[in-house]
Amino acid sequence: MADKTLTARDVVSRLDSGMIIGIGGWGSRRKPMALVREILRSDLKDLTVVSYGGPDVGLLCAAGKVKKVVFGFVSLDSIALDPHFRAARQKGAVEVAEYDEGMLQWGLYAAGIRLPFLPTRAGLGSDVLKHNPDLKLVQDPYGTERLVAMPPLRLDAALVHMNRADAQGNGQFLGPDPYFDDLYCLAADQAFMSCERIVPTAELSAAGHSATIKINRQLVAGVVETPNGAHFTSCAPDYERDEAFQREYVKAAGDPQAWARFEKRYLSGTEDDYQAAVAARAEEVA
Amino acid sequence: MSSAATEQPTGSATTADAPVTRAEYCAVAVADTFAGDGESIASAFGTIPAIGVRLARLTVAPDLLLTDGEAHFVSGSWEIGADPHATEGVVIEGWSPFRTIFDLVWHGKRHVMMIPVQIDGHGNTNISAIGDYARPKVQLLGVRGAPGNSIYHPTSYWIANHSTRSFVRTVDMVSGVGTDSARAAGPAATAHHDLRRVVTNLAVLDFGGPDGTMRLLSLHPGVTLEEFRAATGCAVHVEDEVPATREPSAEELRLIREVIDPRSLRDREIPA
Repeated sequence: MADKTLTARDVVSRLDSGMIIGIGGWGSRRKPMALVREILRSDLKDLTVVSYGGPDVGLLCAAGKVKKVVFGFVSLDSIALDPHFRAARQKGAVEVAEYDEGMLQWGLYAAGIRLPFLPTRAGLGSDVLKHNPDLKLVQDPYGTERLVAMPPLRLDAALVHMNRADAQGNGQFLGPDPYFDDLYCLAADQAFMSCERIVPTAELSAAGHSATIKINRQLVAGVVETPNGAHFTSCAPDYERDEAFQREYVKAAGDPQAWARFEKRYLSGTEDDYQAAVAARAEEVA
Repeated sequence: MSSAATEQPTGSATTADAPVTRAEYCAVAVADTFAGDGESIASAFGTIPAIGVRLARLTVAPDLLLTDGEAHFVSGSWEIGADPHATEGVVIEGWSPFRTIFDLVWHGKRHVMMIPVQIDGHGNTNISAIGDYARPKVQLLGVRGAPGNSIYHPTSYWIANHSTRSFVRTVDMVSGVGTDSARAAGPAATAHHDLRRVVTNLAVLDFGGPDGTMRLLSLHPGVTLEEFRAATGCAVHVEDEVPATREPSAEELRLIREVIDPRSLRDREIPA
């Protein structure tokens, strides 16, 4: 069987400017941040980002990588709002397609199972329809209701981060929640999965019930081992969210000079440099 | 600044004898909002709503399903701000990851209490953006699940700071669907649309006014109708007699003060 092991740089080399990129995780939880940081280092631009948004959206907006955000919310969980996304919106710097979270799931699912739409009540009566004028209603063929026809959210690429994976692309979550990562992979032309550790396949079912092997290898084009790769978001049970670092991120975002210092310290080098800076910071605080 | 947590009762007084605080009236009003909900998922955000749903499960709605804030349904009761899994008697009774939440939302046996930034007289609410949508003056969270919640199952709202900024004539981005918007959108939108209550730091309201408008149900003790009107920027139906929000029972006070919120986090959300 094919070994699909890649580096983060390999993954980004397979992406192009203008692509629609789906990013897994939820809020500030199990985000593929090492892959996001690799995009920050690249010359990619004009991306459309589809996300249950957290700092992935904020960082990509701050770096000028984003043309459009497809979202239901952007939040850092313990801190309600991401300051960079907020600033980008308030400057009118990014386009948006804002959906109810369930509509977002429905759009990914429709793309994944190759349907032209899935019907839902969600969105009816709200300004989601007003601000997404392309959304159409569909007549119930059996009755009289008119429902929202949520179109597929087809992705050029999906990026997700799991606790464990094997080299063939089977992915495992060991925390409480798989989020929508399997749907992102299902909806994408090519899905890339980073993980805390690549292990032999037999170790997956030894580490947890087989139901935790949520992502099937046929959906995955490449696997990247990125230890601490979800930092500073959570990747339970491997690690919790780095709340202190997240506060630093938010504080720095509020001031251009502080943000420049933050970028210099954490985002100017390689992923190894990033992890070293994070470790050094933890030493200082301790 | 003092808080109730540092004001220990002295002499023969017990916590049960302390005067009822505004936060406690609010928490009991929230609990009453969930009365009769049966085996419904009660989802609440914010301190007072969280106290309210736990109080409801200990009193008027014992069969409610509550989550640990992550991916599990848990039985039992635990302190506000504490880890339920570190609390004796709290056990996991189900798994509810995000991947399944919309199945349950759209199935309908859920009653959510959301926290809008703006609400209008028909119960349209906004948590998305203030000002021009293309370039908002203030970007908020995004609509989250509000459009679906409000159209698929009972929805209530909690507003900690009742003011003319929160109660507005027109919301800037309809996130949660009000009674007029649902009606305009047709039968598919009204079939399960069920706005229940709005609990604020001043009052309790529902949507029993003419044409599905907001109606003042009760004012919390100490709040005058003039104060309420001055803080409300949209039309609200007010009947001839407006009762005071009901007094908590001694047992409800005990549960709030000793079981659910012994550290008085409620006073941080609604100062006494």
